[in-house]
Amino acid sequence: MNCCKGEHSNKSKLGMENIDFKKLDLILEKYRDISGSLISVLQEVQEIYSYLPMEVLNYIADKMKIKPAKVHGVATFYTQFRLKPVGKYMIMLCQGTACHVNGSKAIEEALSDELNIKEGETTEDNLFTLNNVACLGCCSLSPVMMINDETYGKLTPEKARKIVREMKEKEQKVV
Amino acid sequence: MKIVIGQGSCGIAAGANKVYSEIEKEIGERGLQVDVELTGCIGMCFLEPIVDVIDEEGLKTTYVNVTPEMAKEIIEKHILKNQAINEYSIVADDLSILKKQKRVALRNCGLINPENIDEYIQKGGYKAIEKCVKEMSPDEVIEEVKKSGLRGRGGAGFPTWFKWEAARKSSDSIKYIVCNADEGDPGAFMDRSILEGDPHSLIEGMLIGGFAIGAKEGIIYVRAEYPLAILRLKKAIKQAREKGFLGTNIFGEEGFDFDLRIKAGAGAFVCGEETALIASLEGERGMPRLKPPFPAQKGYWGRPTNINNVETLANIPWILEKSGEVFSAMGTEKSKGTKVFALTGKIKKGGLVEVPMGIPLKEIIFDIGGGIINDRKFKAVQMGGPSGGCIPAQLIDTPVDYESITKTGAIMGSGGMVVMDEGTCMVDMARFFLEFTRKESCGKCIHCRIGTKRMLEILTRICEGQGKDGDIELLEELGIKIKEGSLCGLGQTAPNPVLSTIRYFRDEYESHIYHKKCPAKQCISLLTYSILKEKCVGCGLCGRQCPVNAIEGEIKKSHKIDQEKCIKCGKCKDVCKFEAVELM
Repeated sequence: MNCCKGEHSNKSKLGMENIDFKKLDLILEKYRDISGSLISVLQEVQEIYSYLPMEVLNYIADKMKIKPAKVHGVATFYTQFRLKPVGKYMIMLCQGTACHVNGSKAIEEALSDELNIKEGETTEDNLFTLNNVACLGCCSLSPVMMINDETYGKLTPEKARKIVREMKEKEQKVV
Repeated sequence: MKIVIGQGSCGIAAGANKVYSEIEKEIGERGLQVDVELTGCIGMCFLEPIVDVIDEEGLKTTYVNVTPEMAKEIIEKHILKNQAINEYSIVADDLSILKKQKRVALRNCGLINPENIDEYIQKGGYKAIEKCVKEMSPDEVIEEVKKSGLRGRGGAGFPTWFKWEAARKSSDSIKYIVCNADEGDPGAFMDRSILEGDPHSLIEGMLIGGFAIGAKEGIIYVRAEYPLAILRLKKAIKQAREKGFLGTNIFGEEGFDFDLRIKAGAGAFVCGEETALIASLEGERGMPRLKPPFPAQKGYWGRPTNINNVETLANIPWILEKSGEVFSAMGTEKSKGTKVFALTGKIKKGGLVEVPMGIPLKEIIFDIGGGIINDRKFKAVQMGGPSGGCIPAQLIDTPVDYESITKTGAIMGSGGMVVMDEGTCMVDMARFFLEFTRKESCGKCIHCRIGTKRMLEILTRICEGQGKDGDIELLEELGIKIKEGSLCGLGQTAPNPVLSTIRYFRDEYESHIYHKKCPAKQCISLLTYSILKEKCVGCGLCGRQCPVNAIEGEIKKSHKIDQEKCIKCGKCKDVCKFEAVELM
């Protein structure tokens, strides 16, 4: 296995130019004297870039004086952290027990089919990312999905298709 | 006049925000003098969005399943003309659900505005901590909790007083109290409801805990998936600071300092385990550590740390206010007080219910939950999530207390109850949970890391019709080995969903393996769609809907499905108006 630092050294130089480090520095400054704050730092950094680019992880490791392997280890351990860019609409499909019992699999199939992507992937136009997530805690409305900050409950495959189709149409109109 | 709108996560998901904006808009446009407030979840999720109209005399009318259109009508008729709309309001049968409950942990949920500390204070809030600080010693507080018999509501059911005493006895100048709000069990959402609906009860519970063990700092570890809970908690902490309930010299008591902070989890089920949670708090991968030393001796940054779950802590102010005896008068000999259950799955009236410990499962599912959707046959109830098991229909009279539930092979856990009917395949259920634990295993212990993967592979092949003779025995053997060879609760309980379904539904496993049939008709690979000759009129509708052109036949003559081509999507069965498509 390659070391993540070596593998990306060339790309890093290229990528670094496009990354705004000012906001990142502000976050690092805020947590400078708080030990054990790596997770909080990563959470706030992800808010800025919507994912955690490898260059940024290395930059954080450097500034926080933590080994890059450890930063990478934490970033890959928790499901909240994403190492790849995501679409404008983040579909989080609940995979809780109640949703499973009430047919979340069929919802996943319908969405996969409608968007032509598999779970974990992003559409080519960067509009939608489809992710399965742990229980969202709205079990009485199962099956449930969350798109960005909005929750949609009592889904049927048709209803789920309609929701994303309307979003797609809305986006096309804007263009 | 006052209008109160339920705005827990489930209410919002059901459309409460839209109802709220509609009401605000109508009131604004008409220039009405009406207070519009929000509240948390009352627990009747199946009736959301819920809107209460409270008149000058304090009389409350509860409207259920409200849409923005209905909201407009409520303003026009009820607010303007003082005519309640009976057909929109809650029916007596649904209202009776609340009467059968005993609400302690949920005492304020859905009744007060969680974003207004004054409403909590009006309900007697922060009186219990005041009593502790002014009239009691920390040992007396622990003694009262001991009398109450309160046990941890997060999973294992460890006596709360015992943990508190251990932390109190640890000699260190710095100690911590941590609230475990990393509610990870799929199918359980009582902690979310308390955080969103009554955050001050948790804050007060932590204050009391801090006072008892001698901690000056508290940390609430909340799941990142609960943004609304985090928001409400932040507001509540700010208000508590402003009122002087958090800070230094609280209640003027020299040296009683306490403050709280929130730490958002980042999505890892294993962080519900105490030592993994501590590792995560310290910014590490959430991997469990060896015990002993226990967190009460060496926890967060090596200091004595006491960890309790949300529901446990929410009970504390009530206990200190009413006394431990009043709490222990409810429940059974070993399981005292009440417990909140999240009733979901194939249930008519899903939601949160709080009942005295020891009442039979049957009462919760049928009397409170209203039974099974479409009156289908009750098959089993899953309790304890990925660490628990399925309790079959023949054991429906089991009382809900820690010991009786454990005896069935399930666990109390955090109180998730997922109800299943005859259409739920138990092998698929076991596979579902193993997929979850396989994904969530932190990877530290080989038995858990590889064992759960192997169990999942076996269960998947059984569901896909590739099961082999000896698979059931292999699952049992693996299950026992994983339990023995894992360090933490996740691995030690991961095989439970499999072992308990084998125990009660072995015939279903056998049917999948030996007869290649799924009795619940859920495992797609084991299903066959066929057209009944005598019922088919040859309309051709199914053929046009079939995505793979697997249906052949001339118009007005009976059709046939080519089993080689069929992908078992079920579209033909869905569209057939003559019930001619049979699923076997």
